[in-house]
Amino acid sequence: MSSGISITMSDASEVLKGSGAAGEALEVRGVFKSFGGLKAVQDFRLSLPPAALYGLIGPNGAGKTTCFNLLTGVYRPDQGEITLGGKSLIGLRPSEIAFTGLARTFQNIRLFGELSVFENVKLACHLRTTHSLAGVILRSGWQRAEEAAIRERARALLQVFNLHDRMDESARNLPYGDQRRLEIARALATGPKVLLLDEPAAGMNPQEKKDLRKLIREVRDVFGVSILMIEHDMGVVMDLCERITVLDYGIPIAEGTPHEIQKNPKVIEAYLGKE
Amino acid sequence: MASLQDRANLVPQSPLAAAWRVFWPLALALVVGVLMQHQVRTNIDAYSSKQILDVGIAIILAVSLTIVNGFTGQFSIGHAGFLAVGGYVAGSITYYGSFALFGSAGATLGTMSGLYGAKEGAAFVTGGEGLFLFALLAGGLVAALLGVVVGLPSLRLRGDYLAIVTLGFGEIVRVLIQQTPQVLMSKDAIAAAKPLAVPLSVGGSLGFGNVPKYTSLFWVYAAVVLTLIFAYRLKQSSTGRAMLSIREDEIAAEAMGVKTTYYKVWGFAIAAFFAGIAGGLYAHTIGISLSPVDAGFQKSFDIIIMVVLGGLGSISGAAIAAAIVTYLPELLRTPDTLMKFAVVGVPMLVIGGALLAMAGKPDQGPGKKRGHDPRAFPRAVIGLGVIITGLSILAFVAKRFGINLSDYRLILFALALIVMMITRPQGLLGVRELWDGALYRPLRDFFTARRHKGGTA
Repeated sequence: MSSGISITMSDASEVLKGSGAAGEALEVRGVFKSFGGLKAVQDFRLSLPPAALYGLIGPNGAGKTTCFNLLTGVYRPDQGEITLGGKSLIGLRPSEIAFTGLARTFQNIRLFGELSVFENVKLACHLRTTHSLAGVILRSGWQRAEEAAIRERARALLQVFNLHDRMDESARNLPYGDQRRLEIARALATGPKVLLLDEPAAGMNPQEKKDLRKLIREVRDVFGVSILMIEHDMGVVMDLCERITVLDYGIPIAEGTPHEIQKNPKVIEAYLGKE
Repeated sequence: MASLQDRANLVPQSPLAAAWRVFWPLALALVVGVLMQHQVRTNIDAYSSKQILDVGIAIILAVSLTIVNGFTGQFSIGHAGFLAVGGYVAGSITYYGSFALFGSAGATLGTMSGLYGAKEGAAFVTGGEGLFLFALLAGGLVAALLGVVVGLPSLRLRGDYLAIVTLGFGEIVRVLIQQTPQVLMSKDAIAAAKPLAVPLSVGGSLGFGNVPKYTSLFWVYAAVVLTLIFAYRLKQSSTGRAMLSIREDEIAAEAMGVKTTYYKVWGFAIAAFFAGIAGGLYAHTIGISLSPVDAGFQKSFDIIIMVVLGGLGSISGAAIAAAIVTYLPELLRTPDTLMKFAVVGVPMLVIGGALLAMAGKPDQGPGKKRGHDPRAFPRAVIGLGVIITGLSILAFVAKRFGINLSDYRLILFALALIVMMITRPQGLLGVRELWDGALYRPLRDFFTARRHKGGTA
C-alpha cells in the first residue's frame, strides 16, 4: 500500500537540488524561558552542525516541545542566543524564521485538512515567491512562471515521498502514516536548512516506524538538511541520531552519542528514578 | 534561496499573452455590461430589471465577504459597515460633485447609466458617468482603508472576539452617519459653508435619498464580472492558498512561512473595497434611499446568510446563494409562480429516487480512495427536488389559507439556515467551486461505481 518509501538521488531530480541549501549551523546558547513561576526551559544549549541528525529526548513534560517553540519563534526566549548560519533568530516572527531556513512538523499533526495534498505542499513553497498581489490579479508573466515552478517543485516532492497518486485528495482523508510523511514533505518544501521533527514516529506501527527511519535518514542525505528530532521511541532515536540531548525539568542533563547517553546515570535516573 | 526563482526563470514568458490576461477581463466586463443594459433590460419590464440589479449587487457583496470569512477564515459580522461607507462616500461625491460640475444635483445620465431607459447623454464616461465611476472607486478605496483599520485588531483577536470587534465597527459607522447634518446643502449653502463641511452633510438619520440615480445594469454587471474574476484569480493563486491556509490552521500557516497578519489585513482590505463598490452601486440605485440602517447588523447578517448558505470559501457558492436569497422574497410574493415549481420538483424527486436505487455502495475497501460516494449525485438531485417541491407546497398551503408568504420571509430564511446547518453544514457547494468539479465529481463517482458494479456482477 503506502510502504515503498524510497528517496534516491535520481528521484530528487534537478527540481529539488539546492532547495535544501545545506551548510549552515544552528547554534543555541543559554536559552531560558519561564511562564510565570514555572521555569520551563533553563540554559538550553545546542550546536547542530550542517547535515547532522540529532535527537532531543526527555520524560513527558520535560520542555522538549517548548524548546521547539522557542527555536521557531512561537515563544520568545527570556534570554539567550539562537543563531542560524550566524543570523540571530531572536525576536523574529515564526514566518520570518521559516524564511531564514528553519522548518518544523508538529506533535499533533497540523496539516491544512480541507486543502488537497498537492495544495498543502504548494502552500509551503509560497514563502520563496517574489510576485506581488498586483501580479496575482493581473496574472503577470512572472506570477505564472513562479506558479509553474511551485507546481513542478511540489510534484517532485510528492513523487519523492510517494504521495503523488493521492495528490488531489483532501489532506484529512489520508491515513495517519501518510499524514506524517506529508507534514515532512510540506516542511521540506519551504526550503529549510534545519528541519525540526516533533515526535515523527508517534502513533505509528512497527512497519511504519521502520519505513520512517529509512525516510528520515534519506531526507538528510538527499536534501542535505540538518535534522533535530524529538522522539519517545528509543529504538528510533538510538538508531538514527548521531548525538542526543536529554532534557529533564527544562534543564539539559546530558549530551552525547547514543552510546554515552544509554550509560549516563543521570539519564537513567531521570527516566527510571533513583534506587 | 535561488532555486524556485531559477526554475521560474526557465518558464517562457510572453508579453503579448500577459497583456491579453490584463485585457480580457476588462473586455468581458464591458461586453457583459453592454449586453445587460441594451439587450436584457430592453426586453424585460422595469420591475424585473430592478430585481436583476439587486441580485448583481448582492453577488458582489457575498463574494467580497467570502474573501474575508471564507478565505482567511476571519469571521466578520460588520460587513454592511463597509457597504455604507462606500455608499455614503460615493453618494456624497456624485451629489456635491454634480453641483460643482453641472450646477445641479440631478443625474447627468449617459448611454450606460440609469436603470430605466438610457438617455441620449454624453459619450461613455465623459459626463456624469465619469463622475460616477470616480465616486465608485473612491468609495471602494475609503472602505478598503477602513478595512485595514478593522483588520488590524485581527492581528490579536480570533474567532468570537474578532466578530465582536467587526460588529462594533458596523455600529460605529451607523451611529456616526446618524450624527451627520440632516439637511442636504443647497447651491447657496454650499457657497457659504466651509469646504470640509459640505461633503459631510449626508442627511443624518433622515437618510440620503437625493443621490443621483446613475446605477444601471451595465455598471452592476461589469462590476460583478470583475469581482468574480478577481476572486477567482485570487483563490487560484499562491496568495489565495496562503489565505486559505490561515483559515485551516493559523499556527501551521505561520510555521510554513505565511505572514498571517499581512494576509489577514489584505483580506479585510480587499473585501472592504468590493463591499464599498457595491455600496456605491446601491446608493445610486432608483428607489433606494441610503440610510444609516444600511450599516447595521441586519444588513450584515443578510450577507453572512448568503456566504454560509453558499459554502464558506466558495466563490460560486456565495454568488448562487446571493442570487437565491435576493430573489426568493420576490417569488414568495407570487405564490402562483411558486406553485408551478412542482412541475420541476416532483420529477426530480422521482428521478433522484430511481438513481439512488441504482447507485452502488461507496468504496470502502483497503487501498481504495476515500470520499468517493456514488450516492452523492442522486442525493443532491433529491435534495434539490425536496427544496423545490417544498416551496411549491408551501405556496399552495399559503394560497389556500390566504397567508402572505413574503411577510414570513425572515422566518423562512432562519428555518432554511437551520435545516442547512443540520443536513449540509458545509453549505451549498462546501469549499468547492463550479469550475473545480463541484458538479462533475458526484456525477463521475455515480457512473464509475455503476460500471464497477456491472463488471463484477
